[in-house]
Amino acid sequence: MLRGSVRLNRRQIMDAADMRRALTRIAHEIVEQNSGAERLVLIGMHTRGVPLARRVAAIIDEFEATTPPVGELDITLYRDDLGMQARPPAVSPTNIPFPIEAKNVVLFDDVLFTGRTVRAALDALIDFGRPRTIQLGVMIDRGHRELPIRADYVGKNLPTARNEDVELRVQEIDGADSVAVATLDRPYRED
Amino acid sequence: MPLSQRNLLDLDEFGRDDIGLILDTGVSMAEILSRQIPRVPTLRGTTIANLFYEASTRTRVSFELAARSLGADVVNVTASGSSIEKGESLVDTLRTVQALGADMVVIRHRDAGAPYLAAATLDCPVINAGDGWHAHPSQALLDLYTVRTRLGRLEGIKLVIVGDILHSRVARSNIWGFARMGARIVLCGPPQLLPHEVTRFPGTDGLVTIEPNLDVAVEDADVVMALRIQQERMEGAHLPDLREYARLYSISEARLARANPDALVMHPGPMNQGVEISATIAYGNASVIEEQVTNGVAVRMAGIYLLAGGSAEAANGQ
Repeated sequence: MLRGSVRLNRRQIMDAADMRRALTRIAHEIVEQNSGAERLVLIGMHTRGVPLARRVAAIIDEFEATTPPVGELDITLYRDDLGMQARPPAVSPTNIPFPIEAKNVVLFDDVLFTGRTVRAALDALIDFGRPRTIQLGVMIDRGHRELPIRADYVGKNLPTARNEDVELRVQEIDGADSVAVATLDRPYRED
Repeated sequence: MPLSQRNLLDLDEFGRDDIGLILDTGVSMAEILSRQIPRVPTLRGTTIANLFYEASTRTRVSFELAARSLGADVVNVTASGSSIEKGESLVDTLRTVQALGADMVVIRHRDAGAPYLAAATLDCPVINAGDGWHAHPSQALLDLYTVRTRLGRLEGIKLVIVGDILHSRVARSNIWGFARMGARIVLCGPPQLLPHEVTRFPGTDGLVTIEPNLDVAVEDADVVMALRIQQERMEGAHLPDLREYARLYSISEARLARANPDALVMHPGPMNQGVEISATIAYGNASVIEEQVTNGVAVRMAGIYLLAGGSAEAANGQ
C-alpha cells in the first residue's frame, strides 16, 4: 500500500508465462527439498501470497498426485509498527484448518522486502503449533532486508532501489498475472 | 477503511460502514479465540483501564479477556476498594488513570453521560461499557454479531425486544444498531415501561414500532430478545407483581411458536428465569444466550483493536 506517492515510470518484469514457469520450478524445488509432498503444508500470506500458495499446491498435485493442504495467514495483528499508524489496518481472516505440528510448512508471500512481514508470520505460525521446519517461498526478492531472513524458494531476484515499488498482480485478485517495477517520487515505506 | 469515530460511546454516531467493519473484524478475532493459544501480541505494551463504577461480571470479564487476548495489560478499578470510596470525583479518577499511563479507558457508570465526560477529559479513546439507562454499545455490537452469524443478514429481519424498555440501555443501543443495519424493531412490554420517544430516534424512521401485546409482537419474528427485569431499578412502583409480568411477557414455548421456525432467542443476562424467560427456552435450541457471551469477547477485541493506535495527533492530522 502506498499513500500519496506519484509513479514516475513503470516497466514490466514478468508476464503470466514467466510467473507460471517460476511457480512450476518452485513447486519442483519444494518437493525435491522435502523428499516428496508428504508432511508438506503450504500457507499463503494475505493477500497475494494466498493465490500463489494455491497454485503451487495445484502444480505439486500434477506431478506428485497429492495436494498439500493450503492455509491462509493474516499477520496484521503481529506487526511491529501498529503504534506508528494513524489508524489500525484492516484484519483479514486467518484460516489454517489443519495441524501444523511436525509438518514442513512452506510460507508464501508475493514480495520479500525488509523481512518484517515474514518475521510477523513466523510469530503467528508458532502460535499454531511446532512445525518440523518453516520454509519461505516468494515470487520476488527485491532486497533491502532489515532482519536476518532469507527465502528458500525465489521466483526472481530483482535488485531494486528504495524509491521503487514492485507491483505484483495475480489473476485471482487483480484479473491478470504480472510483475512490474515503478519509480516513486519518494522512498518507499512498507506498510 | 478505518472507523469514523475515536471513541465507542454509543452506536448513534456509528454508520453502517463502521458497524460492518467492527463485525467483520470480529470474525477474525473469533478465529483467534478458537486457537489453542488464544492470544496475539498486537497491543503489547499498551494498558487498558477498566473503570467499573457499577457491578458487572460478564461485561468486565469480557473486556478484560478481550484486552488480554490482544496482548494489552489491563488494570481494573472498581468503586469499592479504590479512592472512589474516599469521594474522589470521576474527573480526578480519570486524570489519575491517564497519568498512570492508560492508553484506553473502558468505563461503566450508573449515570448516563459519564463516558462522554470521560471522553472530553481524556486524550485516549474511551469505550462505554454501560451508562445508566442510556447506552451499552458493546452489548448491541455483540447482539448484532450474533444475529448476523446465525441468520447471515441483518437487513430486513424482525427483532422483538421484550421487557423494561424504559430502563434499558441495552434496548436503546440495540435500537440504534439494528435500525442502522436495516432491521425492523418491535418493542413490547408493560405500557408504563414503553417510552414512545425510543421510536423516534433520528434516522430510524418507520423501523421502530411499539406493540404491547407479546402474542402479536412475536408473529413472524426472526429474533426475540428478552430484557432482564432489573429489580434494582424498580424504585418506583413500575411493576406491582412479577407473576403478573411473567404471565403477560415471559418468553415461553407457546409464544415462541408464533415466531419464525428458526427464530433466535436472546438475553443480555443475567437472567431471571421464570420471570422474563422460561428455563426451557433459555436452554433450548432457539437460545443463543451463551453464544452472545462468547461472541462478546471477539466483538470487544474488534472494538478495542479498531480504536487503538488512533492517537490524538494522528486523528487531528487527518
